[in-house]
Amino acid sequence: MTAGQDHPRRRAASGGLRTLVSGPAGVFGLVVVTLLLLSASVSFLWTPYDPQLTDPFAKWLAPSPAHLLGTDEVGRDIFSLLLVGARVTVAVAIGSAVVSTVIGVALAALGSLTRRWVRETVAVLIDILIAFPTLLIAMMIASVFGGSLWVVIWAVGISFGVNIARVTRPEIRRVSHSEYVLAGKAAGLGPVRNLTRHLLPNVAPVFIVQLSWSMAVAVLAEAGLSYLGYGAPSSVPSWGRMLSELQTYLAVHPLSVLWPGLAITITVLALNLLGDALRDATDPTLGRRGPASTPTSPQGVTA
Amino acid sequence: MTRFILTRLVLLLVGLLAASALIFFTIRVLPGDVAQVIAGTDATPEAVAAIREQLGLGQPVLLQYLDWIGGLLRGDLGNSLLTGTPVASELAQKAQVTVPLGIMALVIALAFSVPLGVLAAVRRTRATGVVISFASQGLAAVPVVWAGMMLVLLFAVVLGWLPAQGFPRAGWNDPLAAIRALLLPALTIGVVEGAVLLRFVRSAALDAIGQDYVRTAAAKGLTRSQALIRHGLPNVALSVVTVLGLQIAGLIVGSVIIEQLFTLPGIGRMLVADVGNRDLVKVQGELLVLTGVVLVIGAVVDVVHRLADPRLRERERTT
Repeated sequence: MTAGQDHPRRRAASGGLRTLVSGPAGVFGLVVVTLLLLSASVSFLWTPYDPQLTDPFAKWLAPSPAHLLGTDEVGRDIFSLLLVGARVTVAVAIGSAVVSTVIGVALAALGSLTRRWVRETVAVLIDILIAFPTLLIAMMIASVFGGSLWVVIWAVGISFGVNIARVTRPEIRRVSHSEYVLAGKAAGLGPVRNLTRHLLPNVAPVFIVQLSWSMAVAVLAEAGLSYLGYGAPSSVPSWGRMLSELQTYLAVHPLSVLWPGLAITITVLALNLLGDALRDATDPTLGRRGPASTPTSPQGVTA
Repeated sequence: MTRFILTRLVLLLVGLLAASALIFFTIRVLPGDVAQVIAGTDATPEAVAAIREQLGLGQPVLLQYLDWIGGLLRGDLGNSLLTGTPVASELAQKAQVTVPLGIMALVIALAFSVPLGVLAAVRRTRATGVVISFASQGLAAVPVVWAGMMLVLLFAVVLGWLPAQGFPRAGWNDPLAAIRALLLPALTIGVVEGAVLLRFVRSAALDAIGQDYVRTAAAKGLTRSQALIRHGLPNVALSVVTVLGLQIAGLIVGSVIIEQLFTLPGIGRMLVADVGNRDLVKVQGELLVLTGVVLVIGAVVDVVHRLADPRLRERERTT
């Protein structure tokens, strides 16, 4: 590809970014997501204390310069635990985004570019699968394979993959009737090439918005499932696990429960707002045209 | 109209069938030897064989599935592998907690989200509107477990008004105690779900404000709020109905987690325990019932929406 061809696309991308950071929601979303990624990476190199280090003489310390957010029932530093817990949050968010992308693209392509009966069957299947709440999918998987973070990733990945398929399928259908795709077909592009070359870049905006929301749901699902005991194993510090471990002491040490809850809420809020901002930023090209693109951020549905 | 209802009914049946197949095959076929899974890795071969016998695993898978469906149609979901009690009767018993909890949560969610959502739309440029919409955005991001903990802290620990956990042993024979026990859990789910609902209501009301019919009514002498309430609200109500289907799924998921937090003897808590015990016959039945509820309510919502919206009725008549 020559520089001349590349130029307009780059300009469009930077324009999108500018729209994204023009509102407070987008800025907040980007800042928090950056902070989250930073905390997760920094935690590999440095944490104020060893997050697994227990110290019977230092339990339930109040927040102080030495222990920014205090300590828990066995004397672990809560701030360090939160930093390390961010790894799980990032892993779950990215993992489920990857799974939902693969499932979403596969279902959307099957539901839009194949023969009529396959297409219609897939459409009905999508309508049915969409009714399955994420948590029930997770429980179904956990009942067979036991609990783990994979359960969270697969459950959110499947349910959001279906969501993405439902939103992008009509978009692909619409774009696949456009002239440039027909021209591509006429010029001898195969269906797969056409999909990657023309169709996916065109539905990408809708896609990215959904991914942002799916990550928010993944963070909530991790919290819910780890709380129920089917998410992160007890050896891995995660925000959801911290909630369930500290719950017992809610009445005596309420402040300690505040931190992991706040961390989850702020992260989810940021991802939701980022999704909203992305939707608004991409609106002029692929906006609320028709019922397909009035996506509903389904955060409450999951955890 | 009848045609629409019939089509929707067929789709519902297909959905239920697909859901049952999905649940059955995921649980029975995916793990390979399901008897081994249930018995655990340290089980004796005899124990595994006994479970295999009990589940009828010698038969072809399709026959096992049809057997399960056949039982289902007679209201028989099989027996618990652990206690031997019929799954259907346990579900019916636990529903006495979960169903009232869900209804209370829904009522709470609607009671605060509809008026506040409309208010947020009407006052969208003023402080009230901005605060409401910020608060709902924030609340919608709160994990339901944590919301529950914070409410327990406030209403049970600090104020001491409501019990922090548990359900009266006498159940609904002591209705006042039962309702008191369910109030805080219902409030938790209601607030979180209501925050999501509020955002829908707000955007539907905003949409209605911009419509010609509201502007016309306002031009003919009604105040903007009067116009919105008289002519806009029916439209807002319709869009609330459409998202109710989604909300039901949220309520069910919320109840699974919240019953755990408040140690309520409901279907959600039973499901969590059964998944832990690998009581797969029960898990199968519970998942099917919960998904079935979501599917059935989704269908009902669709039909109600169609019946209630004169525009859709009109369109049907002309086509």
